[in-house]
Amino acid sequence: MSLEKTLSQIEDSFSDYVFGLTEFAGEKIIHINGQRIIDVLKIFKDAGFNFLADLTATDNLTLGGFERFAVVYHLLSHASAERVTVKAYVPEDNPVLPSIELLWKTADWQEREVFDLFGIKFEGHPNLIRIMNPDDYEGYPLRKDYPRLGRKERYDFPVIDRGIQKQKRTK
Amino acid sequence: MTRVTEQQLETDRMILNFGPHHPSTHGTLRIIMELEGETVMKAIPEIGYLHSGFEKLGEDLDFNQYITITDRMNYLSPLCNNVAYALAAEKLMELEVSKRTEYIRVLMCELSRIADHLLNVGMLAVDLGAMTAFLYGFRAREDIYDLFEIATGTRLTTSYTLVGGLMRDIPDGYDKAVLKVLDEVDEIANDIETLLTKNRIWHDRTKNIGIISKENAISYGISGPMARASGIDWDIRVNEPYSSYEDFDFDVAIALNGDVFDRYLVRMEEIRQSINICRQSLDKMPTGDVSIDPDFGFSLPPKDEVYNSIEGLIYHFEVTMPNRGMNPPVGEAYVATESPNGELGYYIVSDGNRTPYRVRTRPPSLINYSIFSKLIEGHMLSDAPAILGSINIIAGELDR
Repeated sequence: MSLEKTLSQIEDSFSDYVFGLTEFAGEKIIHINGQRIIDVLKIFKDAGFNFLADLTATDNLTLGGFERFAVVYHLLSHASAERVTVKAYVPEDNPVLPSIELLWKTADWQEREVFDLFGIKFEGHPNLIRIMNPDDYEGYPLRKDYPRLGRKERYDFPVIDRGIQKQKRTK
Repeated sequence: MTRVTEQQLETDRMILNFGPHHPSTHGTLRIIMELEGETVMKAIPEIGYLHSGFEKLGEDLDFNQYITITDRMNYLSPLCNNVAYALAAEKLMELEVSKRTEYIRVLMCELSRIADHLLNVGMLAVDLGAMTAFLYGFRAREDIYDLFEIATGTRLTTSYTLVGGLMRDIPDGYDKAVLKVLDEVDEIANDIETLLTKNRIWHDRTKNIGIISKENAISYGISGPMARASGIDWDIRVNEPYSSYEDFDFDVAIALNGDVFDRYLVRMEEIRQSINICRQSLDKMPTGDVSIDPDFGFSLPPKDEVYNSIEGLIYHFEVTMPNRGMNPPVGEAYVATESPNGELGYYIVSDGNRTPYRVRTRPPSLINYSIFSKLIEGHMLSDAPAILGSINIIAGELDR
């Protein structure tokens, strides 16, 4: 099945959940509501898009978009050498969407990375813990409202008071 | 004297910490293994020891500045990263680069691939006890690094590409130097194959170890030589050609068993094919400029003009000042390239400012490594270095 046919099939069957279809630099992007991501990706997988090339997210805080966060799936078809981008939007107050670990095992670590860096939760993920940062780390570094210069972190370090430092401070 | 029964001999499983400073991890990664005797029953990889926030940094640096960060990701083949990022930025801005630029990029990528594969095969060999192959490979790699130094000025932090071109052209007589090194590499590849391919010990240590089936390879997102060793006929250079790869005539190496030995075979064959591509690119090297028109607002003017004319100086500041510089359109682009490890992709989202809104690297090391715990299950502990070596994990790219 060709890419156009698949896209129009998805638009027909999930018309309430599809926000739109755009094209940039020759690549088609379909924008959907994150709640139906498994069903949409299943249709793509059946249509020959057998390879999940990349799974990531963007924070649309200042960019503008349908919702605050978008989880981005780059799909590839080995048979027809076509690529398509699926952007699943999740709202800021409840950033949760279903995990696609059952469709592609590679989603396991990549969803953990998105959870670690953006704080988006994946329902049904077998082991949703931080992957890059330590387990007790606070905050989600790739969110746009997280400081880039690391000042917050530096000021939050606990100060260990030892004798010499105390003398210097009272001065 | 009491008779010892099996019941009495039963012991608990041993938990073993492999890394983060084990010599065969080549970088900082840690694996927590559950052993029963010497058999690994369960392995939990723990990564993130080298996490340095490269993606966050990308939001603060402009398109040309970020190329210096891409050097630090896969530090065994930095030129491939430079080229991949430049291609993504060019796709976003819809820039066309000259044919000569594309050919030089192909030449540099293939030299990187040779260096990366030589080191990978050598490391795999040295982890399994074959020191000689490693030394042979390392010597040839040193010659290739000399070539990088001639062209880019540095061995590792090459930063050779610019958005829309190259930092500088290759010097005169470079082709002779490359051809000489390629002949040497050809001989050394022969030597390594003589040492390893029919070696009984090598077969015992690598055959039927860490087998990836075709279905698992696709499900786990495995790409590059690892996927081709599992019988997946997919090479981005052939199937989705970028940077004029369609002009070159080469074969894709494929093996069917998907074990460590097959990955070694695929890498050795890719070295030969890369030598072939390098020779072709030198043969067919077009003439012309390697940077886009300096009036376009992307690249810096020649230093001579900056120091000696007021127009040049003004233009220099027009490019470098924080509120000036390049104006990309609002949009997003994903470009996949065939790096030595697999599909290296850059996904750039732009909101129209001079710095990207979001830069994402699709790291082949991370995604190839995610299958490791499945591969090692049921194997001996001493097979862990063999499997790790065949995955070729680069910690800089793994953690970013």
